[in-house]
Amino acid sequence: MSAPEEEIVQFDNVGLRYGTDREVLSNISFTLFPGRFYFLTGASGAGKTSLLKLLYLAQRPSRGAIRMFGTDVITLPRERLPAYRRRMGVVFQDFRLVDHLSAFDNVALPLRVAGVREADLHGPVSDMLEWVGLAQRADARPATLSGGEQQRVAIARAVIGRPDMLVADEPTGNVDPEMALKLIRLFEALNRLGTTVVVATHDVHLLRKVPDSLIMRLDKGMLSDPTGALRYPPRRVGVGQ
Amino acid sequence: MPWVIAIMVALTVLAAGGGLALDNLANRARGDLAGSATLQIVEADPEVRARQTEAAAAILSQDAAVAELVVVPQETVEELLEPWLGTDNPEDAVPIPALIDLRLRDDADEATLDRLRDLLAERAPAARIDAQAQWLAPVLSALSALGWVALGLIGLLAFTGAAAVWLAARNALGTNRDTIEIVHLLGGSDDQIARIFQRSILADASVGGLLGLVIGAAAVWLTGMQFTALDSGLVSGGGLQTTDWLVLALVPVGAVVLAVYTARFTVLASLRKIL
Repeated sequence: MSAPEEEIVQFDNVGLRYGTDREVLSNISFTLFPGRFYFLTGASGAGKTSLLKLLYLAQRPSRGAIRMFGTDVITLPRERLPAYRRRMGVVFQDFRLVDHLSAFDNVALPLRVAGVREADLHGPVSDMLEWVGLAQRADARPATLSGGEQQRVAIARAVIGRPDMLVADEPTGNVDPEMALKLIRLFEALNRLGTTVVVATHDVHLLRKVPDSLIMRLDKGMLSDPTGALRYPPRRVGVGQ
Repeated sequence: MPWVIAIMVALTVLAAGGGLALDNLANRARGDLAGSATLQIVEADPEVRARQTEAAAAILSQDAAVAELVVVPQETVEELLEPWLGTDNPEDAVPIPALIDLRLRDDADEATLDRLRDLLAERAPAARIDAQAQWLAPVLSALSALGWVALGLIGLLAFTGAAAVWLAARNALGTNRDTIEIVHLLGGSDDQIARIFQRSILADASVGGLLGLVIGAAAVWLTGMQFTALDSGLVSGGGLQTTDWLVLALVPVGAVVLAVYTARFTVLASLRKIL
């Protein structure tokens, strides 16, 4: 019998509400395993971005438990959270590039944050820009790049640190179908290197492009499991709420 | 920002320079007068006054507490009084006391003066001895008060400078909020983000501090030159020593440290509000 896979993320009955409004996420329980490719789908307003915020530690849940990389991140002191954030790469829906930095410096940012010496930056960042086809635009500021180019810079920035998990929020939302496919192939290549990939999208056609992907579906803040990917059945749904 | 810090530092250097000069002035005056006393023979009859003056000088010159005494010539006393009493033999208008300038080995405290008064009581009953420091006590007290005012001014300037840096840091935080959030979400620690702001403030504060020191020190030096030109014994005692200039040179260093730590505190306090 093979050893059980060690989960990379575990949500247990997680709920999220902003202020005193009703919960935008309710009873969310799932497990993500290393090296898998996940799609998070759902209509606009279903709570995809909120769930991703919990994943990339931009938000604490209102209730429930979250373990990441074997650690309970809910009770973790906030000064220890940056170390966990560094293990993830995030592609934001609106890219969130730093306007006054060049494409090169934007991509280099996670490495600088991680304390990589300047002398050791140039090679990896240039290679990454080459990989996303922007080697010639290394000195360009985000404002001078097209939407697709900005998206590729954002992706390069997300993967430059070889993260354990890549979280991408609608990464193909602003590009044409050809570019969308190209970006998905980039994610697949990264996934083959061992990175867990979570892509939020409302584009159902995209799901078919990655045959081995696992799908999580959000509907009005509730999570369903159409492919049986979520090997973490809720233990206490409806109990104590 | 550098100009705000430059103005703050210049004003602080001026206040500190003034405070140190006043302190030097008070210390020098206290030192000069601490062992000094004046003996007056207040006697209308010139012959009796001369006899008692001679006797007092003889007695005091033998006393171990007296280091030096000078009988001030009557002509000198009359010259001193000339602006008030005129040149026409002032002795005819009012009796002028004889004066003996005393320098004691130790401070002219009340116990020593009482003992000297007792010694003179028999042969110079018209003698009155007063410590010179006593006359200047109100002046020294006023100088001390001005010193405290300078210190208070420095405190207020430090507070105002810190408030200016606080506002600048908050403004910079607002302007760079997106960048900060990105660095934060990429795993940047509070300390890393605070250091970015500290470096920026350090550069501004260093330039401003240096500029402020030059302006402030020049103003202190020029003011000192003006007072020196007055050629007044009391005022010229308030010059700055080498150590005082070194203290003034430390003002911008203090301003830089204050600015950097204020920026750090402001940024960290703001970052703690986000996860």
